[in-house]
Amino acid sequence: MGSATSELPAQRTPLADAAETGLKIVVVGGFGVGKTTLVRSVSEIRPLNTEEVMTQAGQGVDETTGVERKTTTTVAFDFGRISLSRRMVLYLFGAPGQERFWFLWDRLFSGTLGAIVLVDTRRMEDSWYAIDRLEHHETPFVVAVNRFDDDKRRLSLDEIRQALALGEHVPMVDCDARVRSSGKEVLITLVDHLYALALSQEGTS
Amino acid sequence: MIHKPVDVGDPDRLYMVTGGRSEADDAFDLVTLIVSECEPTAGMQSEHTRILEMCRHPTALVEISAELRLPITVVRILLGDLHAMGKVSARHPRAAESVATLPETALLQEVLHGLRNL
Repeated sequence: MGSATSELPAQRTPLADAAETGLKIVVVGGFGVGKTTLVRSVSEIRPLNTEEVMTQAGQGVDETTGVERKTTTTVAFDFGRISLSRRMVLYLFGAPGQERFWFLWDRLFSGTLGAIVLVDTRRMEDSWYAIDRLEHHETPFVVAVNRFDDDKRRLSLDEIRQALALGEHVPMVDCDARVRSSGKEVLITLVDHLYALALSQEGTS
Repeated sequence: MIHKPVDVGDPDRLYMVTGGRSEADDAFDLVTLIVSECEPTAGMQSEHTRILEMCRHPTALVEISAELRLPITVVRILLGDLHAMGKVSARHPRAAESVATLPETALLQEVLHGLRNL
């Protein structure tokens, strides 16, 4: 999946000095679904990788020492960056959809604008949990279907909507995560959706 | 691309870096932009020095974390120290006056505009 469409600088590129507001969008999906590829295709920097650790009291007591064990959970994620204007910068996070990740959601992604669920139709079950958790956290999202070349079934978006038990209100879009214009379309689909939601809320308040 | 995992395998190092603390200041969001208010001085903790060097231009917490190869929590602690000493300032998400007063729709319009220009 190394076919990035643009050459990104290897050096760290600083933000404009006027940059004052950081915004977040999260891409969630199963392993190998193309999260990093999508982030890379739209990012102005080479995607960076970092992690967060969480220490929890362990279950049970260590029998040999009687000391309560602690378990450390580590969640790694990568991210890219898009300078939207001189003052506004958008960070795009590629986050694993596995269970332990959601324990850290609030600490990492509270205040996020919205999320993109990236789906591989050959492994749709990977997306169910992510969709369930996003609904639980009341994070607005869109579903982007990363079309792989060797996908023989070519399910339609309607069929995928049914398989994922997605409501009609959730926008869906086809994409090729390797292609910048396609990644950009996915982001615009999400922000259009957020805009429509905000508009209807302003209308009722 | 090969991702090297952040070095969290050495708890001693993290203990040293944070002076044994593990409670981070949640005031710093992943995308809080940090700006140095002074130059590093001799004898300063090396992580502080590197942060002050990086943040001569606004730099998001998460970029500092990736660059220093330290977990988010540890970077939050380091930034809390630097902020308390007045050595860095923090531009929190949506705290900027030009953004805080915007209705959500106007903010999103600005985001859309930026994305369309990509």
